[in-house]
Amino acid sequence: MKESISFKLNGQQVSVDVTGDESLLTVIRTYLDQTGTKYGCGMGHCGACTVIIDKEPVRACMLYAEDVAGKEILTIEGLATEGALHPVQKAFVEHDALQCGFCTPGMIMNAYGLLIRNPEPTREEIIEGMEDNLCRCGSYNRIVEAIQTAGKEMKGGM
Amino acid sequence: MKSDKITELYFSDVDHPVTYDRRKFLKKLGSGIIIIFSLGELSLLQGCGPVDEEDAVDFNAFLRVKEDGRVDCYTGKIEMGQGVITSLAQVLAEELEVPINMVDMIMGDTDLCPYDAGTWGSLTTRFTDPPLRAAAAEAREILIDLAAKELGVSDKNLEASQGVVFVKDDKSKSVTYAALTKGKKIVQSLSKKPPIKKSKDFDIVGKPVISIDAEDKVTGTAQYSGDIVLPGMVHAKIVRPPAYGSKKLQVDSSGLSAFEGAEIVEEGDLVAVVHPDPEIANKAAQKVKIEWEEPEAKADNETIFQYFVDNITESEVFEEGGSLDAGKEASEIMVEVEYHDGYKAHASVETHTATCFFEGDKLTMWASSQTPFGTREELAKTFDMPLEKVHMKQIFLGGGFGGKIYNRQAVEAAKIAKLSGKPVQLAWSRREEFMYDMFRPAAVVKNVAGVDAEGKLKLWEFDIYCAGTRGTKLFYDIPNNRTRIFNKDGIHPFGTGAWRAPGNNTTTFARESHIDAVAHAAGIDALEFRLNNMKDENMAATLKLAAETFEWDREKEEGHGYGIALGADAGTSVAMIAEVHVDKNTGKVQPIKVVCAQDMGQVVNPHGATVQTEGGITMGLGYALYEEIEFNWGQVKTRNFDGYEFARFSSTPEIECVFIDKMDSDPQGGGEPAIVCIGGAIANAVFDACGARVNRMPVTPERILSALQQG
Repeated sequence: MKESISFKLNGQQVSVDVTGDESLLTVIRTYLDQTGTKYGCGMGHCGACTVIIDKEPVRACMLYAEDVAGKEILTIEGLATEGALHPVQKAFVEHDALQCGFCTPGMIMNAYGLLIRNPEPTREEIIEGMEDNLCRCGSYNRIVEAIQTAGKEMKGGM
Repeated sequence: MKSDKITELYFSDVDHPVTYDRRKFLKKLGSGIIIIFSLGELSLLQGCGPVDEEDAVDFNAFLRVKEDGRVDCYTGKIEMGQGVITSLAQVLAEELEVPINMVDMIMGDTDLCPYDAGTWGSLTTRFTDPPLRAAAAEAREILIDLAAKELGVSDKNLEASQGVVFVKDDKSKSVTYAALTKGKKIVQSLSKKPPIKKSKDFDIVGKPVISIDAEDKVTGTAQYSGDIVLPGMVHAKIVRPPAYGSKKLQVDSSGLSAFEGAEIVEEGDLVAVVHPDPEIANKAAQKVKIEWEEPEAKADNETIFQYFVDNITESEVFEEGGSLDAGKEASEIMVEVEYHDGYKAHASVETHTATCFFEGDKLTMWASSQTPFGTREELAKTFDMPLEKVHMKQIFLGGGFGGKIYNRQAVEAAKIAKLSGKPVQLAWSRREEFMYDMFRPAAVVKNVAGVDAEGKLKLWEFDIYCAGTRGTKLFYDIPNNRTRIFNKDGIHPFGTGAWRAPGNNTTTFARESHIDAVAHAAGIDALEFRLNNMKDENMAATLKLAAETFEWDREKEEGHGYGIALGADAGTSVAMIAEVHVDKNTGKVQPIKVVCAQDMGQVVNPHGATVQTEGGITMGLGYALYEEIEFNWGQVKTRNFDGYEFARFSSTPEIECVFIDKMDSDPQGGGEPAIVCIGGAIANAVFDACGARVNRMPVTPERILSALQQG
């Protein structure tokens, strides 16, 4: 039996009919057509599906639809405001911290979550906080630099 | 081109571009100034003759200056993170004298772009750049001719810049490309050798340019094949066997009745469930029970090496010189080692994906493919359709590395679409990816080398099993040598194929480990030994640059080691030096620093080349230290990233890339070469750090500890 759940997605109140045991990733990508969030492994190992829920970075593939009722979710589509890139996005562009771009939405969302908790992280803290997000093209060093740049620019303001 | 032909080319180093098909093309084009050019002739500046619009012509890329002054560049190449969407636009903008943001790249669309054999082999910059430059220069000349008529001055007094032609001594007199192009249709093939800029005149080439697709990628708007949503589309889930190569015996689909709207489709060994909701398609597919007949298991990830040696007896000589007997006689010290390398997955974060629909007798497909034209051919053949009825659309790829040359998923998706009569999206799960990836083959290299009392190499025997000869032509000066390649069809338990500079990763690891072992046995410094035995001057210069940059003589910290590896790939010479720390108690390796020097001829986009090199090194650390597929014949036991470690943030060292300055020579490959050296550089650095000589990749903590115990 499907039931309607509601939550906030990128500032908009949305409702979807779910059985409850769908993954949040399916809800976002397929039911709500927000395809910026990616499937990489389906087991929480790679972080390509990272989104922010109530200010915490989480793996959308590991959450059930029923767990997000009433929550506030931010995906890559909700980061830029009025056409202006978010400082984290801007820093990723400036540092060219991406190649194929497939892990990039998850990287950016995880970095955003990291900067909420720790506005000016050291290099070591960035590595620790980003460790479980995988990039096969090998852009890690540039991502670290981008996050440092973004942190400095934001100074704690998200 | 057939996939086996591609594989053959990929495993050898491509010295000549491949030849291309003929196609009628120009009728489709609108107005503007159109320059067509062939990538098939490297010396294409000789041109391909006049063009009759009604005739088929040899060409495979073109550019078009449109009536609004924007420039479309059409190429069958695809963008998978290697950055050619930027570097091609860069050379075009340079020669045509337009800002780079006026260039639109139309890539890999089989209806819009001319034929291309595929994006692999680090070929794009080597073979697409020169004709693209020439074509852009020719378009510029045509525009200047038109401006001469328009402005009533001689073309000698005109100059083009930023999409405008102006009079040299009176810049108030000018006309834009847009105005010149309006209402015209001029089609020209490269017919003469237009003047091409020298490096000192470059405004854009040679300067760092940020990827032009970066903004789409940071906002989530860049579309990959799984992001395509079609009206009425269903998601497909294929029911897979436990082992690769299994045959279907019996299907029990009675469990499907519990899932409303789930449909089963079946053709041969392909059994799939489709449903508009991917969650339901997945759950329903799990309820379909199939009895499979598995192939007989012949080897696993430990026994596969001996299995190769026992079962592959036929060989071909790739290179030989002098006499092996004379080499043995001249040698004071001989070292003999057998090197092993396990199967590696491409492990792109995007799995193989395809979205497609049939409309009447036409198939439209968005597939994560490095070979859109090859995939089109495969699809046309599968369904017995004419080529032009299959349309592959432009799409970004979430990584490729050679793995997306092969497009089983596109054929599967199209079959399911045909059988179900609905638009279909098929995205392989990570587990499927770890079964149907075309793995980099496991390989064995048997290496014997001899050195005389003066530290000169006299003997080199190099027997390669399953890794190909790419990059194995000797750049060391060894008078008595023989390189043989041992291969056999059907020797692997599952699909194998090209993996970012394929077997060159394996053979470079073997050769450079062996050179180090011989140098050590002779008591000579690894850098000095290489320079003393070098035949290739470019390689020697590249090694010297690496050594200077790394500061080879600098003091080592406790537990640290330095390792050198040299490699040749795709026309580029690579010298790499790695610094690692090894914990002798745990065997854990921490990469500290990697210096990579390259002679890649002209560096078109130094920033892009640096990013590619950093990426190659980082990716390569995975195969050097962590990656190995675990299997018992067709049963692939590696199922997800938790069983397939590759480089992460914490394992990525400081990376420094330096290039030999050769701005007036031809550009060479950049996507692959650097990666071939990382295995050897790491293995040699590990030996230097702790004395453990590990002759099998990946160089794992267990193997290091075991080598230390054996002394």
